[in-house]
Amino acid sequence: MAINPKKHEMPTQAPEVRAHNFDEVALGYSYETAVAEARRCLNCKNKPCVAGCPVNIQIPDFISRLKEGDVEGAYQILSKSTSLPAVCGRVCPQETQCESKCTIGIKFEPVGIGRLERFAADWHNEHNTAPVAVPESNGHKAAIVGSGPSGLTCAGDLAKKGYDVTVFEALHTAGGVLVYGIPEFRLPKAIVAKEVETLKALGVKVETNVVIGKTLTVDELFEMGFEAVFIGSGAGLPNFMGIPGESLKGVYSANEFLTRSNLMKAYRDDPDTPIMKGGRVAVVGGGNVAMDAARTALRLGAEKVYIVYRRSMEELPARREEVEHAEEEGIDFLLLSDPVEILGYSNPNDPRDPKNGFVTGMRCIKMELGEPDERGRRRPVPVPGSEFELDVDTVVISIGTSPNPLIKNTTAGLAVNAKGGIIVNEDGLTSHDSVYAGGDAVTGAATVISAMGAGKTAAHAIDRYLSGK
Amino acid sequence: MYKIVHKKCLNPTVTQMEIEAPLVARKAKPGQFIILRVDEEGERIPLTIAGADAVNGTVKIIFQVVGGTTEKLSHKEEGQFIQDFVGPLGMPTHTDGIRKVCIIGGGVGCAIALPVAEEFHRLGAEVTGIIGFRNKDLVILEEEFTACSDTLYKMTDDGSWGCHGNVTMPLKEMLEKGEKFDMIITIGPLIMMKFVVETARPFGIPVTVSMNPIMIDGTGMCGGCRLTLNRDGKRITQFACVDGPDFNGYEVDFDEAMSRGRMYANFERHAYEETCNLFSKS
Repeated sequence: MAINPKKHEMPTQAPEVRAHNFDEVALGYSYETAVAEARRCLNCKNKPCVAGCPVNIQIPDFISRLKEGDVEGAYQILSKSTSLPAVCGRVCPQETQCESKCTIGIKFEPVGIGRLERFAADWHNEHNTAPVAVPESNGHKAAIVGSGPSGLTCAGDLAKKGYDVTVFEALHTAGGVLVYGIPEFRLPKAIVAKEVETLKALGVKVETNVVIGKTLTVDELFEMGFEAVFIGSGAGLPNFMGIPGESLKGVYSANEFLTRSNLMKAYRDDPDTPIMKGGRVAVVGGGNVAMDAARTALRLGAEKVYIVYRRSMEELPARREEVEHAEEEGIDFLLLSDPVEILGYSNPNDPRDPKNGFVTGMRCIKMELGEPDERGRRRPVPVPGSEFELDVDTVVISIGTSPNPLIKNTTAGLAVNAKGGIIVNEDGLTSHDSVYAGGDAVTGAATVISAMGAGKTAAHAIDRYLSGK
Repeated sequence: MYKIVHKKCLNPTVTQMEIEAPLVARKAKPGQFIILRVDEEGERIPLTIAGADAVNGTVKIIFQVVGGTTEKLSHKEEGQFIQDFVGPLGMPTHTDGIRKVCIIGGGVGCAIALPVAEEFHRLGAEVTGIIGFRNKDLVILEEEFTACSDTLYKMTDDGSWGCHGNVTMPLKEMLEKGEKFDMIITIGPLIMMKFVVETARPFGIPVTVSMNPIMIDGTGMCGGCRLTLNRDGKRITQFACVDGPDFNGYEVDFDEAMSRGRMYANFERHAYEETCNLFSKS
């Protein structure tokens, strides 16, 4: 049988429709499409795709089950390696991971591994009624700081091995960046809540409203009887550009803009938490977070949304699918452009004019690509005399974050690097006895799946350490 | 859920509550704040801690009704619960080496100034208090301030209680007479704190101000609470939630902070009216 050269297409809401709602963009495969897509898999002996997965999902095995129509069996294989399959299937950059290694991908489009993972997970969540088997307790206690992807993964893996696990979350809802950062239209919050419920059914305790470093310190966790601590506290303070006008009203960090909309539900009609809706919006940056912010602004009713990025489309780091979706929805990519100043309204005759201090525009300069930098990316250089003004009233700055200082400042003996990221060895062990770390708190802003990989590595190491005690 | 174990109206718009939150109570120090949500749909608002009882596990908050959320909170009664209560956040007020301190509170800011004054009094420092209100109906915590101050100046804008005038008047008089403080700490409306700084400037006395900007998470994630400091000829950005809420008053760009504070003024007014309508209907 000849192989279909193309992946089965993912059904999506039409761009002109979805640009005005917060419902999920990608609708998911049907059973028939999933089985047909699974049949494209060659089930290679050397499994190159598995090597491309940070959490080592046995990809050909789960796809084989799908080929046979055994969706629950496929889910069971997934759940051995990942505690969050419905999440990974949606937000992983598969094109640079598993799918980039797919043998079929050499000549044709690779197998839609992410789409199949999502299908199996959604099918399980919809159909499965069997209660989760609670593992027998091994009597050891572990504490997890932060309920984002790395923390939930570490918690899940330890709970499956019989550890008594408590997750401490600073915010009022579990999920970390999966609930405050990634928007509903890309990752419905009901899915995150479902994954958290599954972990709770495994015996994981989740304590919200506890800020480690403030409410409790890491040392106090040990006094409370925890024998190992995993820090997955995530990204920290947003970076700003250091240009004039960044404190004007209408300038947000992407974290603030997305948190208001996602976690605080400002996208709803009559929210308690305000957000600037409508108008003309510039999002500065080219990562997944920038795409999320731009597409959120559009859905909040903006008449025009720009992505302003200082390099070209080739260097733009966001996931391809997000870029394509953003373009289809009408987001305007201003590439090779760098902001130099955010402009604000000021009425010299009336200091009480309510418009004073609000954004009226952003001055940018055109860039061209020069010599490669230390990471091999060509460095953008300003083109003299090429400044131009963008007519916008909201600016969202999405140029990364710096690690949060709360835990570092209150934990003696926890070494951090020059940027403030926690230093760990290959097991995720920090310089502090029995304290492990992973995710953005270690690496700075990265992907959900790499954070999950780190959570998994640390769970292994914690298990080796505590089971040898 | 966090239980309201005690509620007391301090004046027609200012309410005091003690909330059962043992973990927060155990750690809370003067100058720190909490973030709360009244209900499942509520916004997160920061409130500075007005006192804590580690033994009983309660935290005292004092708030003025200024918008929808504080209006909703003021309708909660003793024995009822609020959805979320997290803290203590921010850095405690710096007390080391300060033997003689002037503490200046304005309006509901006095609620936050009080635990700071009490802490200095407990540490044996000489405390000069200045508290100011718009008029006598808005006065709060007079007895408590009297108890922890070596000297207390009471001011109202209209002269209906204490002396007629604002809080900078007794400060200026003292400084002109040669009074030296190790530190002036001021908590209240931004415009008042700005003028306290300007009053102290010619005398070179350090001023600590307590900032209360718009905030969401309060843990150093959203960046909404950023403010600009002028330090060594440079303008730098800091975050009230992790670097503050106390800052060196000479460095703070107050005009910018005042402007940012009004970002959602229209929204707030609308939310407040909506909430009031809700309660008047029921």
